[in-house]
Amino acid sequence: MISIDNKLYIRDIDTYIDPFFPVERAIITHGHADHAKAGHKHVLCTPETSEIMKIRYGENCARSFQTIKYGHSVKIGRISVTLYPAAHILGSAQVLLETPKHRIVITGDYKTILDRHLDPFEVVPCDLLITEATFGLPIFKFNEPEMEIERLLDNISKHRENTFLIGAYSLGKAQRIIWLLREAGFSDDIFVHGSMDKLCDFYQSKGIRLGTLRKATLDNKKDFKGKIIVAPPSALKDRWSRRFENITRCYASGWMQVKQRAKQSQIEIPLVISDHSDWNELTNTIKQTGAQKVWITHGREDALKYWCEKNGVQAEPLSLQHRDEANEL
Amino acid sequence: MKAFSNLLSDLILTSSRNRKLSLLEQYFSSTPDPDRGYALAALTGSLNFKNIKASFFKNLIKEKQDEHLFDLSYDYVGDLAETISLLWDQEKSGNMPRLSSLFENLKKAKTDELNNYIINILNISTADQRWAFIKLFTGGLRIGVSSRLVKQALANYGNVDLDEIEKIWHGLHFPYINLFSWLENKGSKPKISIYDIFHPMMLAHPVVMEKDLAVANPKDFVAEYKWDGIRVQIVSHSEGCRLYSRTGDEVSKSFPEIIKTIQGDFVLDGELLAGINNDPKTFNDLQQRLNKKAPSEKFIKKNPCFIKIYDVLFFNGDDLRDKTLLERKKVLNSYFSTNRSPMFLSETIDFKDWRFLDKIRDISNKQIHEGVMIKSVSSPYIAGRPRGKWFKWKRNPKNVDAIIMYAQRGHGKRSSFYSDYTFGVFNKEKELVPIGKAYSGFTDEELNRLDKFVRTKTINRFGPVREVEKTLVVEIAFDEMSLSNRHKSGIALRFPRFKRIRWDKPTNEVETLEQIRKSFLD
Repeated sequence: MISIDNKLYIRDIDTYIDPFFPVERAIITHGHADHAKAGHKHVLCTPETSEIMKIRYGENCARSFQTIKYGHSVKIGRISVTLYPAAHILGSAQVLLETPKHRIVITGDYKTILDRHLDPFEVVPCDLLITEATFGLPIFKFNEPEMEIERLLDNISKHRENTFLIGAYSLGKAQRIIWLLREAGFSDDIFVHGSMDKLCDFYQSKGIRLGTLRKATLDNKKDFKGKIIVAPPSALKDRWSRRFENITRCYASGWMQVKQRAKQSQIEIPLVISDHSDWNELTNTIKQTGAQKVWITHGREDALKYWCEKNGVQAEPLSLQHRDEANEL
Repeated sequence: MKAFSNLLSDLILTSSRNRKLSLLEQYFSSTPDPDRGYALAALTGSLNFKNIKASFFKNLIKEKQDEHLFDLSYDYVGDLAETISLLWDQEKSGNMPRLSSLFENLKKAKTDELNNYIINILNISTADQRWAFIKLFTGGLRIGVSSRLVKQALANYGNVDLDEIEKIWHGLHFPYINLFSWLENKGSKPKISIYDIFHPMMLAHPVVMEKDLAVANPKDFVAEYKWDGIRVQIVSHSEGCRLYSRTGDEVSKSFPEIIKTIQGDFVLDGELLAGINNDPKTFNDLQQRLNKKAPSEKFIKKNPCFIKIYDVLFFNGDDLRDKTLLERKKVLNSYFSTNRSPMFLSETIDFKDWRFLDKIRDISNKQIHEGVMIKSVSSPYIAGRPRGKWFKWKRNPKNVDAIIMYAQRGHGKRSSFYSDYTFGVFNKEKELVPIGKAYSGFTDEELNRLDKFVRTKTINRFGPVREVEKTLVVEIAFDEMSLSNRHKSGIALRFPRFKRIRWDKPTNEVETLEQIRKSFLD
C-alpha cells in the first residue's frame, strides 16, 4: 500500500502533490497559482509546467526541476511515478503513483472532452482516485465550446460599435479562447492584457497558433471598436477596463452556466467554456478508472460524494482550502 | 416562445436601464399580437395558472433526477426554473409553439393531458427556452425587470406619459390588443371605468433627516400617524364596494362586513386596522384576521376591523388626483363630518417644527403607530413613489446583539451567497436559542466576508442549512418585539435586519434572553 494523507503528502517518499507551502519535494500537476507555488526545493513536473513556472515565478523559483514527459515514469524509492495528460492547460498532468499492488491517481484539474490544442486526456485505471470536483453538480453540462464562440462572433458582427472585453484566466483559458477564435476563422488582431502576453508567446512557441496579438494599450481609442480584448477576470471590474468605451463584458468560464451568476458579475455575454470536467465527465471518469475509493480534493464535493456512494464507491471529501470557487482557474 | 426566451435571456444579462428599455421596445415592435400581449402579462406578473405551480415542475424533475442531487443543485443555483432547465436534457428536436398558442393549449388541456404536453415542451426546448418557459409558472421572473420598467418601455414605445399607462393599467386585460393599438396610433385610448379597477397607490420615501427636512418648511406639510395595519383602497359606487390591497389584489372577500356597510360613490385610500369604534389594536391582532381568507360571522364578531381614511382619489365621479392634498383633505373633512363607521378620518397632527414631530414619532403609542407620515400640502395623488412629496418617518428601530447560528443561501441576485442568517441568544439554561432570521442590512462587501465566515466555520449541515461556530456577534435592528409561542425563545421580532457586524465582540457579552425580554417587552 502507498500511504497518502489528506494533504496529499506521500510519507514513503517525503513528497507532496501541489502543496500550498514550500516543501522539500513536490510533484506539480500544472502551472496554475493554486497548484504551483514558488519556493520548493525539488520539483517534479512536465517540461511545459516547469517552463510555465519559470515564466511566472522566475528561473530560480525552485532549486531543481526534474521533468518527465507524458507517459514516462520515474522511480522514487519503491514507488513509480508516471505523468499522464489531464487536458486542463498546456503541460497539465495526472499523477499515477504505483507499486506492484497499488495504484493511486491524482487527477489535478482535468477535462476529458477533446481539446485539439492539448494532448488528449487518458483514463488511468487505479484503486484510489483523487479527483477534483469544481463542477461537481449535475447542472453542469457544458456545450461544445465552438457554439459559444459562434454566439460571441455573431454578437460582434451585430454590434460593431462595441468593444468586447473577454475575461479569461491568463494561463490556459486566454490562449484556448484565442485559439478557438482562430479556428472559427476570426482573423482580426486580438488585443491582450499585459499580464498574459508572455504566456501567449509561450503557447505560440509550442506550435499553438494564436495569430496576431497586440497589447491593449491606449494608443488609439478608436482602434477598439468591434475588437476583442482578452484580459484576466479581475481586470473586468478593475479601473483598467474603464479606459475602453462601449464595453460589452464577456466571461469565459464554466460558472457562466448559471445565469444568476453571470448577472451577479454583470456579464453580458457569458461564454460557457470550461477547462474543468463537467458532471458527466467527472462521473464517467470515476467509472472508467475502476477505482473503489475516491477522494475529492475541492469543489462541489457533496454531490459527487453522494453519487459515488450510490454507485458503490467509497468517497471522502478533502476540502482542500485555497481552492474554493472564488478562485476557479 | 423563441423570441420571448431570447428576450428574457438578454434582459437578465443587461444591467443598463436604457438597454433594458430598448430591448423591451424592440420586442414589442417586432412581435405580433397576441404574443406580445402574453409576454407583457408575463413580464408584469399578471399571468396566473391555477393548475400549474412550481411544485408541478419539481415533481416532474424528481422523476428524472435523484431527489438529493436536485436539492443540492437547487441550493446552489438558487432559482427553480434555472435549476430544472439545466437538469433536464433536450431529448428531441421540434418546433416550439408561439407564446400565445402555448398558453391556449395549456388552458385547454385536460388534467391528464397536461403532464404529457408540458413534458413534450421541456423535451424539445433548449435550456434557455426551458428556463423561460418554467419561469412563467414559478411566480416572479426575477430577471431584474420591474413592472414599472416594462410600463416605461410601453410609454416610450407609444410616446405617451408613463402616468397615463399607470392610470388605466388595472383596467386592461391581456392580450392587451387595445393598449398596443392605442400606443401605435391605430386606435383610441382604452376607456376604463374608474369603478372597475384598482388605482395604483401613492407611496412615501423614508425621511433622510439632513436631506429632506433640513430644507423643508413645516408649514408646507401635513403630519399624520403612520398606522400599523395594512394599506387598502376602497372603491365604492351604486353597485357595490371593493377592497384592494397595496399591490392591487382584491381582498373584499376577507372583509364582508366592511364591504356590506360602505355606501357612496368614491375611491378612498386608508389603513385597515383591528378594533372597533376608531380604537386600533395591534398589528398582531390584525394578523389573526388576515390569516383567514373567508372568515365566519362568529370569527368576524370576535375580530372586528375598521379603516382609517387619509386620502381620496375620486369623489362623486370627479377625479381628484390632480388636486392638491389640501383640497382632497377638505373633501374628506366634509364627508366625515357625519359618522361613517367602519370608516373614520385619520387625524392630522398639529406641529410647528420638526423637532416636535420627532418626539411624537417616538412616544406615539408603540403598538399601533409605526411613526409619522409627512405629506406636502400641495402634492397631487401620483401613482408610484414620486420624489419629495410624501415621507414616512418611522420610529427609531431597537437594537439587540445576537449570535449567528445558522446560514442558508439566498435566492435570485444573491444565489450562491450565504445571505440568510438565523441568530440567537442564551436562555436561563445557558442554551443558545434562535430569536430571528435576517436577510438584509449588510453591504456587498460585508456579505462577502459573512459568506466566507460561513464557509470556513461550518460545523454541521442540514440539507441547505449550515450550522456555524457560535462565535460571531451581530447587532440586529428591529421594529417591534412581541410574545410568540411559535418559537422556542417565546419572542418574535418584527422586520429584523443587520445593523452592524461585531467581528470583535465576544459572545459572552451578549445579553441573555431574560435581559432582552425585560427591556423590550415591559
